[in-house]
Amino acid sequence: MPFTSNRRTLLLGAAGLSGAVMAAPRRVFAQAAAPTAAPTGPHSLAPLPYAANANEAAIDAMTMEIHHDRHHAAYVGNLNTLLQGQDALAGLALDDLLLNLSRAPEAIRTGLRNNAGGHANHTMFWQIMGGQGGAPSGEVAEAITRDLGGFDKFRQDFNGAGLRVFGSGWVFVTVTNAGQLALVTRPNQDTPLMDGVRVLMGNDVWEHAYYLRYQNRRADYLNAWWNVVNWAKINERYAAAKAGTLRI
Amino acid sequence: MAFTLPSLGYSTSALAANGMCQETLELHHGKHHNAYVTALNGLIESKGLAGKSLETIVAEAGKAGADGLPVLNQAGQHFNHVLFWQVMSPTGGGDKLPAKLAAKIDSDLGGLAAFKEAFKQAGVTQFGSGWAWLILKADGKLAVTKTANGANPLSTGEGTPILGADVWEHAYYLDFRNVRPNYLDNFLNKLVAWDVVEELLEKGGLSTGQVA
Repeated sequence: MPFTSNRRTLLLGAAGLSGAVMAAPRRVFAQAAAPTAAPTGPHSLAPLPYAANANEAAIDAMTMEIHHDRHHAAYVGNLNTLLQGQDALAGLALDDLLLNLSRAPEAIRTGLRNNAGGHANHTMFWQIMGGQGGAPSGEVAEAITRDLGGFDKFRQDFNGAGLRVFGSGWVFVTVTNAGQLALVTRPNQDTPLMDGVRVLMGNDVWEHAYYLRYQNRRADYLNAWWNVVNWAKINERYAAAKAGTLRI
Repeated sequence: MAFTLPSLGYSTSALAANGMCQETLELHHGKHHNAYVTALNGLIESKGLAGKSLETIVAEAGKAGADGLPVLNQAGQHFNHVLFWQVMSPTGGGDKLPAKLAAKIDSDLGGLAAFKEAFKQAGVTQFGSGWAWLILKADGKLAVTKTANGANPLSTGEGTPILGADVWEHAYYLDFRNVRPNYLDNFLNKLVAWDVVEELLEKGGLSTGQVA
């Protein structure tokens, strides 16, 4: 069910609410309305490392804008709100917070899990896109061949895993300090960082990641996503993992 | 027998003026719901579902926990969507509820405004994909609840749903983008077929008539 950009523009206009979404830049929503005056720290939303249309070969600019400026922003805002008055937790780096959720008061633990997870996952996600796709290069290419059966099998397995996530979630490649790779999925905004395992790369299979362009066709999104993967960045992350400096 | 995709009781453009556009309904009914029906039919033989009603399959899959998830995902979503299409109407919404339903909501949930707020909160706080529900419990009281992904109050054993709002992003993303609270406001104020909800209250829930 392909959509031309003209039809898409018309449909978005006909939906009638895009104006409302765009006209309220200071308010952030994910699913819960964020408080009107969210605290500004300790966590912050970095700008996208490229223009919103930089991933056009897989993801349209409007999706990138809503995804970063609304969804990701809401996770950061909600996270900061939950950390108010929690000095010990607020002092932890994001990966340490995710590793220590069991220390959080029960009343805010699920909220921290969802919002800290959402912040970490999206921070990683923006970094590893903005590229030209193609075959992986460098050390990562060798690791993919060694641990994941080569690029073609890896891509097929990764897409299959992403397709099988029922509901909202992520498909990740994890990396050990020794450079060993593995393919895993997590529901919602969970992340392997909650288990102390580093994430090399991952793809978001929440419907908000692809619905405006791909609608119900998650498989098409998963296939196209490889066109914007940034292998240079992923190689940097791989080297950092082996050096013990990869965090989020 | 096999499960089938029931027709909508209205055209796919019928809810557009009430905040659910034609494309949303075409995709949601014709693609998403249809995919659940197809996947569920594919499980009938391997999971030994033949001859069972949809409601029984959902309840049994829920009791089976993690082992029941492959069936629950598809069967739950089939049931959930059958209900969802029925509880919306082009003439839905408004605050004039049928008398029996209004009285029941007043006595069990503190009135329509309190119910709407509780229902909206249930939907907004269902993190990820899932549903918000108005249910009839075994003790005869109404309650508001929520479930994740394809689960529902039949699978959790909480009660019998008489109203459900889909909060998977596919239900609202074309119309409301990320702003789920507005979708839920719109659902409650412009889409709910209150007469159908009252009918389900009086009948003690939905009998889909769907059998494997």
